Amino acid sequence: MNDVSRDTMLLTTPFHSRVEAMCDLNDWGNWMGYTTPNAYFDIELEYFAVRSTTGVFDLSPMNKYRVTGPDAQRYLDRLITRDVSKIGVDRVGYAIWCDDNGQVMDDGTIFRLGEQDYRICSYQRADDWLAWNTLGFDVTIENESEAIAGLAVQGPTSCTVLTLLGCTDLNQLKPFGIAHYSFEGRPLMVSRTGFTGDLGYEVWVPPESAEALWDQLFELGRDYLIKPIGSYALELARIEAGFLQANVDFMPAEEVVRVGRTRSPFELGLGWLVDFKKPLFNGRSALLKEQEKGSRYRFAMLDVEGNKPAEHSFILKGDKQVGTVTSAAWCPTAKANVAYAQIEMPHGAVGDELVAEIYYQRELHWTRLLAPCKVIDAPIFKSPKRWQTPAPPH
Amino acid sequence: MTDYDAIIIGAGHNGLICASYLAKAGKNVLVLDARGEPGGCASTREFAPGHHVSDCAQWLSQFDQSIVKDLDLKAAGLKLGKPKTTISLQSDGDHLVVDGDTISGAGVDSADQAAYRDFKKMVRSFAKLMTTLYRSRPPKLVEQNWTDRLTLMKLGLSLKLLGRERLRDLMRIVMINIYDVMNEHFSHAALKSTIALDAVTGTNMGPRSPNTVYSYLHRATGEHLGQTGTAQVLGGMGAFGQSLATAAEKCGAKIQLGSSVTAIVKTDDRVTGVTLDSGEQISAKLVISSADPSTTFRRLLGYHQMEAGMAKRVECYRSRSGTAKLHLALSGLPSFTGLSEGQLTERLVITPPMDGMETALNPMKYRELSDLHIFDISIPTIEDPGLAPQGQHSLTAIVHYVPYAPDIGWEAGKPQLINQLISELEVYAPGIGALVTTSELVVPSDFEASHGMTGGSWHHGELSIDQALMMRPFPGSTQYATAVEGLYLCGAGAHPGGGLQGLPGRNAAKEILKRGAL
Repeated sequence: MNDVSRDTMLLTTPFHSRVEAMCDLNDWGNWMGYTTPNAYFDIELEYFAVRSTTGVFDLSPMNKYRVTGPDAQRYLDRLITRDVSKIGVDRVGYAIWCDDNGQVMDDGTIFRLGEQDYRICSYQRADDWLAWNTLGFDVTIENESEAIAGLAVQGPTSCTVLTLLGCTDLNQLKPFGIAHYSFEGRPLMVSRTGFTGDLGYEVWVPPESAEALWDQLFELGRDYLIKPIGSYALELARIEAGFLQANVDFMPAEEVVRVGRTRSPFELGLGWLVDFKKPLFNGRSALLKEQEKGSRYRFAMLDVEGNKPAEHSFILKGDKQVGTVTSAAWCPTAKANVAYAQIEMPHGAVGDELVAEIYYQRELHWTRLLAPCKVIDAPIFKSPKRWQTPAPPH
Repeated sequence: MTDYDAIIIGAGHNGLICASYLAKAGKNVLVLDARGEPGGCASTREFAPGHHVSDCAQWLSQFDQSIVKDLDLKAAGLKLGKPKTTISLQSDGDHLVVDGDTISGAGVDSADQAAYRDFKKMVRSFAKLMTTLYRSRPPKLVEQNWTDRLTLMKLGLSLKLLGRERLRDLMRIVMINIYDVMNEHFSHAALKSTIALDAVTGTNMGPRSPNTVYSYLHRATGEHLGQTGTAQVLGGMGAFGQSLATAAEKCGAKIQLGSSVTAIVKTDDRVTGVTLDSGEQISAKLVISSADPSTTFRRLLGYHQMEAGMAKRVECYRSRSGTAKLHLALSGLPSFTGLSEGQLTERLVITPPMDGMETALNPMKYRELSDLHIFDISIPTIEDPGLAPQGQHSLTAIVHYVPYAPDIGWEAGKPQLINQLISELEVYAPGIGALVTTSELVVPSDFEASHGMTGGSWHHGELSIDQALMMRPFPGSTQYATAVEGLYLCGAGAHPGGGLQGLPGRNAAKEILKRGAL
């Protein structure tokens, strides 16, 4: 091997030197082209840091697009399914966007930074779609993914740690609120958002501040048992908290090549994000038709009996296969066996009793388990701390 | 309560035909047009004192005769001249004459004569099939309903009736180019290029471009639509437009000329009317646009009023043309080497051999002027002397290939190109330059400005398989309805496409009535 350009290999985030130093397990994954740790030292302990103290997750690989210009709000209103005008300045909104067929392309968060100044934070690269959407609108789209480094700082002690860092009165920040600070002479933005369902924040800084931010956070947070967490622990937390993951729980519409593999917001349980009062948004006509004719699938959260995660399971109603599981985990805090499933209509309504066909292996011995399960109406993990303002002391 | 049942944008032939059928069905229809006279591309204009020319379309060759009957256009004043013979001019004066299925002159041999008869027979069978499709709304393949299934069944039956060999031929050639097909059938260079001319006229394509077989077959449907050969309209094309307007008014439609629609009005999630340049707003249950898709969706509706995938489709819709018109006012009748005076009234074409046609296309692609052109000439004043002062004549020619916007600009480019074109004509008609009293070149961008056709495209968008049938103008806005509630298409940008055919207007009206949209 000689002279292979590192630019063509997996990229590293601005926190990489620090992440690498703490990644005891040396267990790495590829997240959208970036080298990111699957786990640092122990998946369960990392998970419990999020639930009991503070867990820090490097989310720099998320795609960030700045939307500015006189038509910024109108542009976003056509792009996403919910009413953008309801997101105030210094507020964040969870959003999904669809293609013209009303099929979900991605989900993400919309940060409103000014009157006509927004940032879209998305899982997928969206340069092409966002550019096509500018036709007819006076807006500028800038991909600032590499200009912003981000850390999710999540858990019951997160507010305390960030306050020690200099985020004064952070406990007054409401869920989905944004606060601005400075850190070593550079801007630092905090949003009360996250993917864990508990009290938590996301911290955004220029890449130049990244290493210092990491160092100070871990220094100040030592007494509050701050730990880095990898993607496996986050996966556990988000399933417990009821969050969907693109490419796992649904296929981004643009990536799908096979007919019928895309999903609409209604089919993902995200109908609450669709605002038909808006006269125009991408996918509106198709979704109206779907509402009239009925959906093909229903998103169901299942409480599965037993403790074997129903990963990749078929879901049965009697002898008939009516669905498949997209995400599943034994959730340690809720002490419940949770699965997300795509269920063919008309099955899967809340309370519906189904069976998960689970296969698991112990020492090369496969066992088939038919675990009864029930469709539940809300995420199994509900932390009041997530919604409390001021943020509760620990 | 709306002002009208339907507002039709554009009093071109399709707009007027659509209006007539709707009005005949008792609907309250208003037709709006920016121009001062009806007809759209079927227009006549005085370009020099006393010289009136059909300043856009000059031939009627594929107009659906059922429309002539339904709307009684003869009573409304439509008069056609005699069907024309096509004479392909050769520099030595020994011209190739194409008269129906018979070809003669220019040393064409009996093998090519026989091959031409066979070729015509084949084309006729394919064109018949296409006519079946053209006379109905294009069937959707995926979400079939009974109407579409019936059309597909008819199509399937017609395909079956073609016979195994013909079907194989159709499948083989329909996606390829006219250049290869000509070489396969004929050996005579002028014969090949004369036929190839019909495949490229009004398009942005050369004989070797894919889709030129399809565009050729599109023109060949004329015979099945009931029209016998190419003809000129007496009184100029404007008289054709006028007859359609008379018929439409007789059916009960209202036509308001000199009223330019500046915007299609959308209220909440549906189209509810239009705004005029006067600022006046007129409301209707439906707005039916005979303007081209780019004009309709981009300029009048606006990208911000549609879903993004549709905006992308409109933006990617190909709507360019390399076709210009040359108008010459002549102080007397020109003489062409090897042509009798009587033959001057026929359709005269000048085409280099096919490789030359392809070469002529190249400069256009790079925004340059060519020194080689293809002409489709009419001297209308012989059959219709009233179009010019006594003893004088006009020559109008469809000319390929002319760039949309040459790098040297049209101010410098036009005089240069007019001289070039006249010098090319001199080869066949020595002394014609001396007869020219006024000359005018109408380039694609002029057509865009005068007739509102984006890119100057006569077909309201390139006529190619990917923009045809159930994909015309683009998926999501087919079968005359568009993805926007309350907005329909009835122009050449809708199935079956361009040319003075009248079917988009007729089919759109039938579809709208059948759907009960009004």
